Amino acid sequence: MLLRHTSAEPVERTGLMINPAKTCQPIGAMYAALGLHGCLPHSHGSQGCCAYHRSALTRHYREPVMAATSSFTEGASVFGGQANLLQAIDNIFTVYEPDIIAVHTTCLSETIGDDLNQIAIKARDEGKIPEGKYVIHASTPSYVGSHVTGFANMVQGMVKAFSESTGKKNETLNIIPGYVEPSDMEEVKRMAGLMGLKTIVFPDTSNVLNAPQTGKFRMYPKGGVTIAEMKATGDSKATIALGPLASDLAARKLDAQCKVPCHTLELPIGLQATDRFVDTLRKVGGVSVPESIAVERGKLLDVMTDMQAWFYQKRVALFGDPDSLVSLVEFLVALDMHPVHVVTGTPGKAFEQKIRDLTAHLPVPVNVKAHGDLFLLHQWIKKEPVDLLMGNTYGKYMARDEDLPFVRFGFPIFDRVGHSYFPTVGYMGGIRLMEKILDALLDRKDRDSPEESFELVI
Amino acid sequence: MSDEKNTAAKLEKIKGEILAKYPTKVARKRAKQILVNRRDTNGKMPEVGANVRTVPGIITQRGCSYAGCKGVVLGPTRDIVNITHGPVGCAYYSWLTRRNQTRPESDTDENFMNYCFTTDMQDEHIVFGGEKKLKQAIQEAFDLFHPKAISVFSTCPVGLIGDDVHAVAREMKEKLGINVFAFSCEGYKGVSQSAGHHIANNGIFTHVVGLNDTIGKGKFRINLLGEYNIGGDSFEIERILDACGISLVSTYSGNSSIDHFANSHTADLNAIMCHRSINYMAEMMETKFGIPWIKVNFIGAESTAKSLRKIAQYFEDEELKAKVEEVIAAEMPAVMASLEKAKPRCEGKRAMLFVGGSRAHHYQDLFGELGMETLAAGYEFGHRDDYEGRKVLPSIKIDADSRNIEELHITPDAKRYAPRKDEESLKKLESEGLAFREYEGLMPDMKENTLVIDDISQFETEKLIEIFKPDIFCAGIKEKYAIQKSGIPMKQLHSYDSGGPYAGFKGAINFYGEIERMVNAKVWSFITPPWAAEPELSANYAWVA
Repeated sequence: MLLRHTSAEPVERTGLMINPAKTCQPIGAMYAALGLHGCLPHSHGSQGCCAYHRSALTRHYREPVMAATSSFTEGASVFGGQANLLQAIDNIFTVYEPDIIAVHTTCLSETIGDDLNQIAIKARDEGKIPEGKYVIHASTPSYVGSHVTGFANMVQGMVKAFSESTGKKNETLNIIPGYVEPSDMEEVKRMAGLMGLKTIVFPDTSNVLNAPQTGKFRMYPKGGVTIAEMKATGDSKATIALGPLASDLAARKLDAQCKVPCHTLELPIGLQATDRFVDTLRKVGGVSVPESIAVERGKLLDVMTDMQAWFYQKRVALFGDPDSLVSLVEFLVALDMHPVHVVTGTPGKAFEQKIRDLTAHLPVPVNVKAHGDLFLLHQWIKKEPVDLLMGNTYGKYMARDEDLPFVRFGFPIFDRVGHSYFPTVGYMGGIRLMEKILDALLDRKDRDSPEESFELVI
Repeated sequence: MSDEKNTAAKLEKIKGEILAKYPTKVARKRAKQILVNRRDTNGKMPEVGANVRTVPGIITQRGCSYAGCKGVVLGPTRDIVNITHGPVGCAYYSWLTRRNQTRPESDTDENFMNYCFTTDMQDEHIVFGGEKKLKQAIQEAFDLFHPKAISVFSTCPVGLIGDDVHAVAREMKEKLGINVFAFSCEGYKGVSQSAGHHIANNGIFTHVVGLNDTIGKGKFRINLLGEYNIGGDSFEIERILDACGISLVSTYSGNSSIDHFANSHTADLNAIMCHRSINYMAEMMETKFGIPWIKVNFIGAESTAKSLRKIAQYFEDEELKAKVEEVIAAEMPAVMASLEKAKPRCEGKRAMLFVGGSRAHHYQDLFGELGMETLAAGYEFGHRDDYEGRKVLPSIKIDADSRNIEELHITPDAKRYAPRKDEESLKKLESEGLAFREYEGLMPDMKENTLVIDDISQFETEKLIEIFKPDIFCAGIKEKYAIQKSGIPMKQLHSYDSGGPYAGFKGAINFYGEIERMVNAKVWSFITPPWAAEPELSANYAWVA
């Protein structure tokens, strides 16, 4: 038993977090910055933060994750990190030649109160930022929010730094895809393309964190939203923000800064959320839904009808990020599954209410906690068992101990591949999610069936 | 000789090309950390710049003090509840991703390796202080798990806001009646993980070592220091020591337990694997308890045999010496059979290693056994003595960053100091070739005219690959995919990817197989598509009715 010390009875804890269901803001900021073409993320703090974030992202994507650090030692912690950052900016532009440096803070630089805006201005004044190059920044102390809010802050930083309005709107739509996989960002673009819409998707980590093997390492891969595109976001007709926690902040900033109206939706995971995404694209873009999209929807629906029996009233425990969980729970409910234990690590009361609303009509009690942890989730499972567990790699300990079918979903996934290549958003993503759930449930059935009921046909 | 000179000149030129990219000040600094390994006419080795600050903005392999203390040294100990005091991130990233394996004696024994404990500080704790929360966390950990010990690791903001973690630990130790101790291993201390190793050593030595004086079973009793059980290395070393009749009192800290640490001062010899991370512990144990230490290396079959012989030689016991020879003789045929298979497919190929403390040194032995040459190597967090040998210790300058790490002043224990060997027998053994308190370092062991680079940067890594196109590159996860995207296989030596063990005899067999696969895998030959190999069309195919 890997987690043999987990007791079945939950007790109130106020001091200790055990097996967190979230991580810290800067890693989200680093991920978002990688979706900006020609950008080198920069961690303003001690080396460890940058090393840890690069390691975690590298393990999840199995791709180069480049980022620099201000390499604070004790002196910088006492006297402030300005000198370190100025020196870093100079060195980075000289040695690594990015177009943009995206600086995010850490708990260290936040606590000592470094003012990134002032340092960036000083760097510009001192000629450390070459002509046509940029330093953008976001405030991401690790003692606030989680990796998702860090992502949101950096995307907002991108808007602050680049979005401009010429006063003349065009037909382009901005899409902020949220804290999702590169494959999901690609899928969102593809769907909008099928609708005949011109879009700017930002950030866009597709072809950055699922880049091809070409025998040549590129520090700045071909993907990512370009500076020109980012600037043009201010002239777009509207912004569609997917995932309120990850994307709303930037969308609202863009509205305030350049008068681009925004529509914030839940992530398009599952049938209904994708329906709302497509319908919003249709209305905002002023187009009709093409047959190709209707066909994809029909395929998803077809699998749902065909496989209904296997989903019906299956009890599921889930953990992950708020935006993903809200849509996933809605999808599971649509499949007549029962998401009975739902935990996110990201603080915020709105999450709990959303899950309660989505599951209010279920004939079973539902446990939900924001700012919870996997220890609590495990205790809930021990008391009230489930048929399926969904969450990131760290769920595998629980899955093994409780002998549960387990579907990997979310961030981070260190021990499987596929997530960066195959989407879970959109109609086709819905089919993939169902495939994964069915594989897990049916593999278990095959394993447990007596010989006489071991069948080829279901 | 002139060939040698040409090679040296070529390498110096390459060094110059690399440095040319840097701003002047950075180039001046890096020039001291990039060396052609070549003795001068007096046979003197060059002096390496090491354990110095990484320049801000230069992409480094290095991590922080917390990573060295919690992640490396204490992380692999299964029965201590390790609480990271700070915001969530640091604990999350050090949550069992280094593949430190552990095997409790029974499946009811304590094992907290798969848990991640943190105080998850929020902004109000940064403003009003986190001591109350930490106390509460320790109490909750105690109530839930009833562990033998709880330790606390400080992260950057904790140091800044001034939470007194040591006072909290003392108070909770008193209250709970179990061992509670803390480490001030804030990330900004020192210049790399190395500072954290030192802090960890000091902490375990102060709070744990010596708590249990029971003399355990076994005639030949040793500690293995600086072995972290990556990929199960310790299991293989334990198997071999056991076969030889050598008792392992404690391993620091792979597959370890706090009880082992508490009793480790009763051993008769300390054998050091990773010199950098733990030589402090060996020195303190020698001063306080009289345990001599020797440097060993269980990476590589020949090195394993040599290390076993060294241990046997130390105990001056003919029976043990014979047993060790018997074990080596029994193990080597399988090793040789595997080597015979792999060597022809690896021989002549070229490797580069830029990892950790001693790993960039030790793994060269395995490559050597495969007939592979190491073109360049360096440490991520080494000090000068790791490169040039301990003889340079007196000439190492103490700077502000090393001064920030507490140096314990250890004196012989009034009751328990007992030199395991008198000066005369130590001298005799030394005259027979057994070196005590000695590590020769990486540079004397590497061929002349190879490159030694301390704290290699991403830019330098890319240049080396572009210039030398090595057949294999060894580093960590952050470097892995950039190197593989260049078409070069990359082996992680901090976590072994999913491989291992690589230590000992069976480990050598695994490594031969792994490297043979990596340098011969077909996939690298597919990178260029057929249409790029022959881009011009020579004829058009036309269908004629």
